[in-house]
This record gives sequence, C-alpha cells and structure tokens, in this order.
Amino acid sequence: MTSVLEVKELSKSFGGNHAVNNVSFAVGAGELLALIGPNGAGKTTCFNMLMGQLAPDAGEVLLDGENLVGLPPRAIWRKGVGRTFQITATYPSMTVVENVQMAIMSDKKRLFSFLPYARNLYREEAVTLLDLVGMAEQADRAAAILAYGDLKRLELAIALAHKPRLLLMDEPTAGMAPSERIKLMQLTADIVADKGISVLFTEHDMDVVFAHAHRVMVLNRGEIIANGSVDEVRDDPLVREVYLGGGTVFADKEESENA
Amino acid sequence: MKLITKIAGLAMASAIGLSSVSAFAAETIKIGEINHYKRMAAFTTPYQNGIKLALSEVNGAGGVLGKPLEFIYRDDQGKPGEAVKIAEELITRDGAVMITGTIFSHVGLAIASWAGQKKHVYLAAEPLADALVWAKGNKYTFRLRASTHMQASMLAEEAAKNPAVKYATIAPNYAYGKDAVAAFEKALKKLRPDVVFVTKQWPGLFKIDAGAEVQAIEAAKPDAIYNVTFGGDLAKFVREGSTRGLFDNRLVLGLLTGEPEYIDPLKDEAPENWIVTGYPWYDFKDGANKTFVDAYMAKYSERPGIGSLVGYMVVKTIAAGITKAGSTDTEALVKAFEGLDVATPIGKIHFREIDHQATSGAFVGKTKLKDGKGIMVDWTFKDGANYLPSDEEVKAMRPASK
Amino acid sequence: MGPFIAQFLTGLANAAALFLVASGLSLIFGVTRIVNFAHGSFYMLGAFIGYTVMQLLPGAFGFWSSILVAGLAVGLIGVIVEMLVLRPIYRAPELFQLVATFGVILVIQDLALITWGAEDLLGPRAPGLKGVIRILGEPVPKYDLALIAITPFILFALWYLITKTRLGVLVRAATQDREMVAALGVNQSWLFTGVFFLGAMLAGLGGALQLPKGGADLLMDFNILASIFVVVVIGGMGSLPGAFIAAVLISVLNVFGVRYMPQSTLVLMYVVMAVVLIIKPYGLMGRKEVAGEHGQVGEPEQPFSPFGRRGRLIVAVLLIALATLPFLGSKFAMILAIDIIIVCLFAASLHFILSLGGLVSFGHAAFFGGGAYAAALMVHYAGSPMELAFVLAPIITGFLAIIIGWFCIRLTGVYFAMLTLAFSQLLWSLVFQWGEVTGGDDGMVSIWPSPWASDTTVFFYLTMIIGFGGILVLRHAAHSPFGYALRASRDSAGRAEATGINTKRVQFVAFTFAGAMAGLAGTLFVFSKGSIFPTELEIGKSFDALIMVFLGGVKTLAGPLVGASALSLMQDYLTRFEYWRLALGLLIIAVVIIAPEGIAGTSQKLAARWGIIRRDEVQ
Ligand SMILES: Nc1ncnc2c1ncn2[C@@H]1O[C@H](COP(=O)(O)OP(=O)(O)O)[C@@H](O)[C@H]1O
Ligand SMILES: [Mg+2]
Repeated sequence: MTSVLEVKELSKSFGGNHAVNNVSFAVGAGELLALIGPNGAGKTTCFNMLMGQLAPDAGEVLLDGENLVGLPPRAIWRKGVGRTFQITATYPSMTVVENVQMAIMSDKKRLFSFLPYARNLYREEAVTLLDLVGMAEQADRAAAILAYGDLKRLELAIALAHKPRLLLMDEPTAGMAPSERIKLMQLTADIVADKGISVLFTEHDMDVVFAHAHRVMVLNRGEIIANGSVDEVRDDPLVREVYLGGGTVFADKEESENA
Repeated sequence: MKLITKIAGLAMASAIGLSSVSAFAAETIKIGEINHYKRMAAFTTPYQNGIKLALSEVNGAGGVLGKPLEFIYRDDQGKPGEAVKIAEELITRDGAVMITGTIFSHVGLAIASWAGQKKHVYLAAEPLADALVWAKGNKYTFRLRASTHMQASMLAEEAAKNPAVKYATIAPNYAYGKDAVAAFEKALKKLRPDVVFVTKQWPGLFKIDAGAEVQAIEAAKPDAIYNVTFGGDLAKFVREGSTRGLFDNRLVLGLLTGEPEYIDPLKDEAPENWIVTGYPWYDFKDGANKTFVDAYMAKYSERPGIGSLVGYMVVKTIAAGITKAGSTDTEALVKAFEGLDVATPIGKIHFREIDHQATSGAFVGKTKLKDGKGIMVDWTFKDGANYLPSDEEVKAMRPASK
Repeated sequence: MGPFIAQFLTGLANAAALFLVASGLSLIFGVTRIVNFAHGSFYMLGAFIGYTVMQLLPGAFGFWSSILVAGLAVGLIGVIVEMLVLRPIYRAPELFQLVATFGVILVIQDLALITWGAEDLLGPRAPGLKGVIRILGEPVPKYDLALIAITPFILFALWYLITKTRLGVLVRAATQDREMVAALGVNQSWLFTGVFFLGAMLAGLGGALQLPKGGADLLMDFNILASIFVVVVIGGMGSLPGAFIAAVLISVLNVFGVRYMPQSTLVLMYVVMAVVLIIKPYGLMGRKEVAGEHGQVGEPEQPFSPFGRRGRLIVAVLLIALATLPFLGSKFAMILAIDIIIVCLFAASLHFILSLGGLVSFGHAAFFGGGAYAAALMVHYAGSPMELAFVLAPIITGFLAIIIGWFCIRLTGVYFAMLTLAFSQLLWSLVFQWGEVTGGDDGMVSIWPSPWASDTTVFFYLTMIIGFGGILVLRHAAHSPFGYALRASRDSAGRAEATGINTKRVQFVAFTFAGAMAGLAGTLFVFSKGSIFPTELEIGKSFDALIMVFLGGVKTLAGPLVGASALSLMQDYLTRFEYWRLALGLLIIAVVIIAPEGIAGTSQKLAARWGIIRRDEVQ
C-alpha cells in the first residue's frame, strides 16, 4: 500500500513534558486511520505538528514524500491537507454557506479580489458540499447559532472544500449525541471512500472507532504503544491496561471538550 | 426608536428656534467672535469682559452706522478646522459682517487663510505669530496686538543695556516659542554682536519637566536667561528655578511674564527683578489707561487682564473701522482698516497699510513682589511703531499678492 | 558626577506621580479590561481636591492628610463613575466602554471649571520641605527626595495588597482569567467597583502629590493621559512592577533628553515606546495577549449582505435628497454637510480595519492627517493641481500605512492599539518639529481647490462624489472576497490559516487600504479648509474617529456613518452653549447606556425585534 502521509520520529516537548515522543507512522491512500489514547496523550499536539501549527522539536512529516516541517498551516493546506479542530473553528459572523465559500475562495486564490460580491462566488459548489454533509437546509443561517453537532458537520464541509488528499480530524464527534456520532462517522467514511481521501482521526467513542477505522493506533504519554487492525488493538493487553486499568473494554467515556 | 425620533425632533425644533432668533435680530451689525473659550478660559473670560464693556459703551453712544454692534461668541475647541467651519457659519448663517478673535496662532492662521480665500475681513486679536501679517499675510487679515517680533525686540533692547554675554533661552516647543526666541536672538545680536546663546531649551507646551530644564540651564552657566514659557509651565519653571537658585545673580527676561493672567497665579512666588512685558493696570495715575481700568473694575469688580484690554480694543477698532467705511461691505471695510487710526486706552494705534499690523505698543518693566503679589515697577510704555521692520523688509516677507 | 546624580534624582522624583497614576490605570485595565480614558481626569481631580483641602488644613499634618483625603475622594468619584456609567455596559462589545469614559472626561472638565474656575492654581509647597539639600554640591529639592522615598513605599504597599490579601488574590485571578473569578464565587461587579476605587484613588494621590511641583489646572487631564498610557504599555498592561520600571525609565530618560537633546521633548517617550514594543511586543513585563482570551464580550456579529433592491433604493433616495441641499439649505448647510461627509469617510475607514479586521487602531489620525499633509506638501512645493493631489495623496498615505503596518500588524489587541498610537504620535511630532518643511504648528495655509471647484456648491458635489465614492468602495470591499478574508482572519485566525489564508497579509493589505481611504478623507479635508495643522494628527483626532465608530455601532456597516453624523451634529449644536462639554459628555454617556450596541446597532436590533425589518436584513 502506498502511503500518503509518512511521519518519522516526531517529537515535541513543552518544558520537560514530552507531549509527543519519537512517533512514527504512515497513513495509506484511502485509509481511515484512527489515533486513540487517553486525554493528554498528545493527539492534538501531534495534529498541530502535522498541520504546521506547531513546530516539532525533531522528526519529519512527509506528504507524498515531501517534507512539510517548517511550512505554515496555509501552505500545508494548499498541498492538499485539510483539518477539523477538536474545538470547532468556524467563522461565526458568516452564514453557514459563506463559511464553505470562504474556503473555496481561498482554494481558487480569490482572497485579494475586490470586485465580485463574495456571497455570489462558488455558492453552488458550497451548497453541494453542504448537501454532502446534510447541512444544505441550514445554508443561510448564521454559523454563530448552529448546534454543536452541526458545527462539526460544517467543519467537515469546509475541510472538504479544496478536495484534500488527506484529512486530519481531531475528535470529529466530540460533544455529539451517540447516535449522531455513528451517523457522522458513517457519512465521513462514505465521503472519503467516494473521493479517495485518506483520513487520520482521533476519537474517544470506541464504537465509532471500531465501526469505521481501517486501522487503529494508540498513543499514550506521547508514545505509540499499539498499531494494528481493530481486532489486534482491542485485544492488546497493554492498551487495556492504559485505558482502563483492566475492567470493561473501552466503555463509552464522555470526554470534556477541552481535553 | 421613538425616543430617538423624539430627540431628533427636539433638536430640530431648537435648531430652528436658534436660527429664528438670529433672524429676528437683523437690526444689529454682527461680528463673529471665535475663541478658545473653554480650554483657555483664564484668558478668554477677561477678554470677553473687555468686549462687553466696550460694547456697552459703543452701543450706549448710539452704535455704529445707527445700529447696535453685536458680538456672537463661538468656541473653536482649539481646532483650526473647526474654527474655519464656525467662521463660515458666522458669516453665511448668522450674518456676521466680519470675524475677529482667536488666541492660538495656528487657529488665527487658519482663519486668515480662509479670510483671504473667501474674501472676508478678519481682525486677529490675540494671536501673536509674525507670519500672520508677514509671510502668510493677506489683504483681508489685520492684527491688533503687538506681535511676537515687537515684544521680543522690546525685551532685546532692555537686555542689550546689561553686560550679560552668555544667554540661555527657554521657550515652549511650538511656533510661538520658536518665533519668540528667533526674534529675540536677531534683535539682540543686532545691538550686541558679542552675545552668545549657550543653550536653548524647548519644553513641550504645558508639559514642562521643570526640574530637568532648570538643571540643563544651570549646566550651561549662562549670564542671562530669556523666558518665553507661560501659564502652568511658567509656574513650575519659576518654582523649580527659585528653589534651586537658578535665578540668583542672573539677568532674567520674561516675554508676557508680567501679564496679570500669568503672573497673578504665582502669588508670593512671583520672581523678582525679571524684565518683562506685561500690563501694570494697578499703576495708572490718570489718562485713558486709568479710565479704562476704573470702568472695568466698576463693572466687574475684578482686575482687568491684558485680555480685557485686547477685547476692549477689538470693539473700539471694529467700531472705528465700520464707521470709517460707512458700510459693512467687505471691500469698503478693508479700505477703511488700512491706515485706520483708533483711540484706545494705551493711546492711538495705527493699522499700517503695508502689512495690516497695528502699532499697538506694550509695557516693559521689572517684576517686584508687593503685598504677596507680583507686579511690574519702573515700567515704560513702548510704542509698537518703533519695533516694526521697515517697509522694504516687510515687502520682502509678504507674499506678492499683498 | 554631581550634576549627573542630581539629574537622575530629578528623574526619579518625576517618576513618582507618573507611576501612581499609571499603576491605577494598569490595575483597572488588568482586571476590568477597560481602557479608561478618564484616568487623566481622576488625576486632575486629585490635584484640585488636594489643593482645596490644603487651604483648609494647615501645617505639615494638614498637607499630608490633604493628599490622603484627595486620594480617597477621587477613589469615591471613581466608584460613582463605575457604578453609574460603566456597570450598565460591561456586556457591550469590547472597548465600547472607552466611549463612556470619554464622556466622563467631558463631564469632569466642565464640572472642574464650574467648581474651581479657570485660573491655574499654583500648588502649595510642602511644609518643612521647601528648601534644597546639597548632594555633591548640587541642589536637590527636599520635596523631590520625599517623593523618591514615598514611591517605593507605595509600590511595596501595592505589592503587599496584591500578593498577600484576598482582594489581591482576586485581582490577580481576574487579571489572568475572568471565568476563574466567577468560579471562585466572587461577585464580579463588586470586585470591579473595588478595583475602580483603588485605581482612581491612586490617580488622585498622584494628582495631589505633585501639587508642590506644579499645581492644578484644567489641561492636566489630557496632558498626562498620553504619558500614562505610554508607561502602562512599556511596562506591560496589568503589571505593577512594569509600570514602576517604565515610569522611572521614561522620567529619567526625559531628564537626560532635556539636557542633551532639548528638541526631543515631544518625541522621546514615543520613540522609547515604539522601540520597546518592536523588541518586546507585550511590554517589559507584560504577558502575551491572546486575541479573544478574555472572551469576546457581547454577541457575535451578524452575517451581513449587500443591500437588496429596497435598500439600494433607500440609499439612492437619501443621496438624491442630500444632493438637493444647495437648492434648499443655506450655504452653511453645505459646509456642515461637507464636514460630515469627510468625517464619515474617515470613520468608515477606521471601521473597516477595526470592525471587519478586529484591529483597534488608536492612531488612525496618522492617515487622515497624513493624507492632508501629503496633499498640502504637493500643492505647496510642487504646485500640484488639486486633481493630482486627490490621486496621489491617498496613494502616499497608503505607503505610509505600509510602513506603519509593517511594525504594527504583528501585534494584536491593546498592544496593536498602542503601537499605532505611538507611530501616529511620531508622525505628529515629525510634522510639528520639522517646521522648515511642514510649517510646524503654524501649519500650511492657502491649500485651496482648483478654481473650478472653489465655489462652495461645486465643492459640495465634489465632496459628495469622492466622499460617498470612498464610502461605497469601503462597503463594497466589505462584501468582496477580500472583505470576507479579513473577517475570516478576525473570526478565527486558526481556521483561516488552516484554510490557506495568510491572515497577517490580509490584515496588512486591509490596514493599507483603510489608511489610503483615511488619506482620501484627509485630502478632502485640506481642500475644504484651505489649511492643515498638526492638530489633525493629534491623539484627539484618532479618538474622535473611535468614538464615532463605537457610538454608531461597531458591529454594523452603517455604524460609522451614523456615529460620525450624530457626533458632528451634536457637537455643532452643543458648542453654542456655555457648558457644552458637560452636555455632550452626558449625552454620550446616555447614548452609550441606552444603546450599548451603538446607535445603529441598537436601532437595528429593536427594529428587528419589532418586526420592522427582518433579522437577516440587518446591515
Ligand atoms: N501549548 C502547550 N503548552 C504546554 N503544554 C501543552 C501545550 N499543548 C499541550 N500541552 C501538553 O501536552 C500534552 C498533550 O496534550 P494534547 O496534545 O492536547 O493531548 P490530547 O489531544 O491527546 O488530549 C498534555 O500534557 C498537555 O498538557
Ligand atoms: Mg486533544
């Protein structure tokens, strides 16, 4: 399997705290790869380094063989990487569809054009994307008044706007009702399968993970302690230990959004 | 919304009311008076009182051209742009026939420029900038008071009589201060080529760091100090200077320092033996000066300031000018003001044809403490006519258009 | 050596009052996030009250108790201001409160004039401390030494209060994290009131303490305002030791500046501030200000869309109505309209960067005055015709904005505001000081329009075309992809950067564009007045624009126009009265309390609530 993303010996520490320690992995083309681990394991830090929001202390991030380290997020985005945030980041002063149009305008390099009305630009494309995530009816509502789950779906639409090769999704279903989570992940799985996008996502809901991930990696205290198929990881004693100290397997733990 | 509409309605109603008031009073001759009434109230209040005193005299004697003279006072907030707008309003809406007033030079210059362009007469009352009648003078602008150049030259004349050679200057860091130092330096060098200026201090206007200034001047070891600071700056400078012994055994000259507006707040800390320009209202024995002071004190029960005198002279000048012109037409007024002679408390003044500067003089004397207050003694009155540049010099300075 | 030490001591003594006043400002800002423009007024009140009480209480005991009394009295005045004026508007948009504090300045100015009269009051000398002590042969006033001794004592007292008492714990908590205080179960409004008391008291103490070195006068409020902002920013907003170090730094540098570069008195402080902020963007001891860290107070902006047919029709009708002015009104109505259109354009240009860009500039006058001066210099030195000036002056101003923006755009929040202020002051002092070229404060005169446009009616139409043209361009830009990119950068820089938007570049371009538009307004201004003076570059001019934008409604596109018109009309009307500042101040405070979203913002909200317009029609 050819890998889209290859991460080599990535490390980051804050003060003495090794948030991410010597992490290596790869994401295959079309693969839906889950990165799980308890709170504070370093997942978000890892994402931040992949997307260029944080500079790693050491290591390489290769997108189709090209090193991304040192590039700002906007440049990495232009190379075909999209991202959703653990705490949703949208533009509250704009409508839902404008949020998506904004990303498309950026993709089409129209950011510095003064002449057209932005609201008329790429509206159809944006609505198509919203339709894909089931948000088309809400296209003209203000993003500021959306329910949290809808914001997550909006973020997905935004992330898809530039037809990325790789999507990084940090807890895409956090804060949603359990039934909704499965639906959203199903939707995501369908979309990426359809478009051939590779996805790296973190998730706390193991039902979601086990239902959709092609492969699972477990991060603990900044280090990868397991990496394999859903079944392999589920049965890994170390993983059980870390997660629960024994007991029931991967109970549905509600996480605080700010984890 | 309703409230807003209501407020707007009220505002409209009162605005209409305001304009109709001025419409009713069409039988007066109106003069637009623009000044920095709020921020410089210590100066403008006596000034306004002077105007009102003269108005009651003029109108009591039948007004001018058979009509009473009326002043409309407006605050310029110290902003030249605002002043120009108000000038326009006074002329076009309130029906003023000419504009007078202003204390700050930059506001005076803005109105002068406007007057030249829009062809309205402007009698600058207080602003002292030399440029007003020279480098930036124009046909429609006249100035009443003795300018920076004139007053500085008078002090230079006194300074030259002293043996002092090394001079320090301290002046607020803006055009008036710079003009005052330049004029003094030029006049003094002419009389005493041996004089040197060892340091020039430029504190920000009303932002003096007096302790530092005093130390800096002391460090230059001058024989004499020429002071142009005034107001709060002067008070701080004098206090720090006296405390630290800066003025001991030194000749000190103070431009405007003897004016009641500036020396009175110093109370018993007023410096002694400075040579200053000012206004010794307490010292007149007889004549027009005394008459004015008595009338003023009778009306307001407080001492007149230099501003009171200027305000009074403004009205007298305008009354004389309009009477001479025989109309309120601008061109006729310009003609009348050129070469106009006006009888004032300080004697006859003459508005020169060449530059529209009046020959108003100034009082020069020595400061002294009396009854816990600074006054001027041994003062003389110097006729402004003797401290003005020659016609050739003026012609070289004034723009060709005149 | 002697003179050197004496000068150093002078600097230390000068630092005393400056530190007291600045520490109060810093405390208030740190806890309440209010930029208190009225802080200089508290200082002035301290001086006046101290003076009055000193007349009543004789002797050394009387002198020192008067200072305490003045401090306490001003503290109470601060409490009144906080409870009556600020408490109702804590939930208004960020920085909105500064409009209210501006109203407070005006009110206090007139009340002080009514109470104490116009004449400067020379402060009494401290009993027993009138003379000098010779140190290495140099005279040093005793009172200076007293001040030098008192300052560390006060710093220590404050330090004790902040680190060792419960109030201090709360203050520190609030400075770092608003929510935490709420979590501690503290009544936030009483904390704010307490901090206002403390802050105002410090200002009052400062005012009273400096009496023996100066006095009390009606210009003190504005005269100290700029210096204390500089001190607070150099020290780091919210940091008391920072304020102390900065006060000493500025005062001591100033003393040596006076000695060795007497011409530097106007600029020195701003140069120091600019240098410090360029090297240490958050001041000497300040913490990095994360945008939105303290929570965007108030509701998020509404999405907006270009006017529909109905809206355009209304605008067209209004414009046509205005265009008939020459046929209806007096000539003065046109002059007033010209003035208002110019400030509308100026305010709209500030609004563009402030509201859409989220960058609050305290130095926008640099571009208004910059444009005016660019035009004036062209006309004066190159004999350029008016038409060319209208094209080139805004471009030149744009370049000016590029230079200033290059330094400022890196910062955000209050630090951005203060650095823009520093640069505008630098420009001001350059123009002021460089008299040979710019005429200094005597300004440049005789900058009149070309003959064809010099008639008032013609110039009125020209102003309408250029002014409204500029406003429409700004409005259109808000609706263009660029305007959206700017809003995106403000709404969520993280999201914007992660979707390919170079937020700093977008902001930089917007800053330049807004600067050029302000320059256009300045060009109109200079030709309408025929002259230009450094006053148009002053802090007050920048504040005017801020007040207009906030008063009108920062979150609406119509806000700056409504605010500029309202303030200009109010001012034009009220300045006819004796106590117009009192009236204007009260009016501003009333508007601020009645309409916390600004006039336009609140009216739209009410209109939407009452069903006059649809929610999504809100502009
Ligand atoms: N900016 C930061 N500064 C200091 N420590 C941080 C920072 N961001 C994350 N950390 C620390 O790094 C570790 C990993 O955090 P994070 O990546 O957010 O974990 P996760 O997303 O897996 O919950 C945690 O201990 C967290 O406290
Ligand atoms: Mg996380």
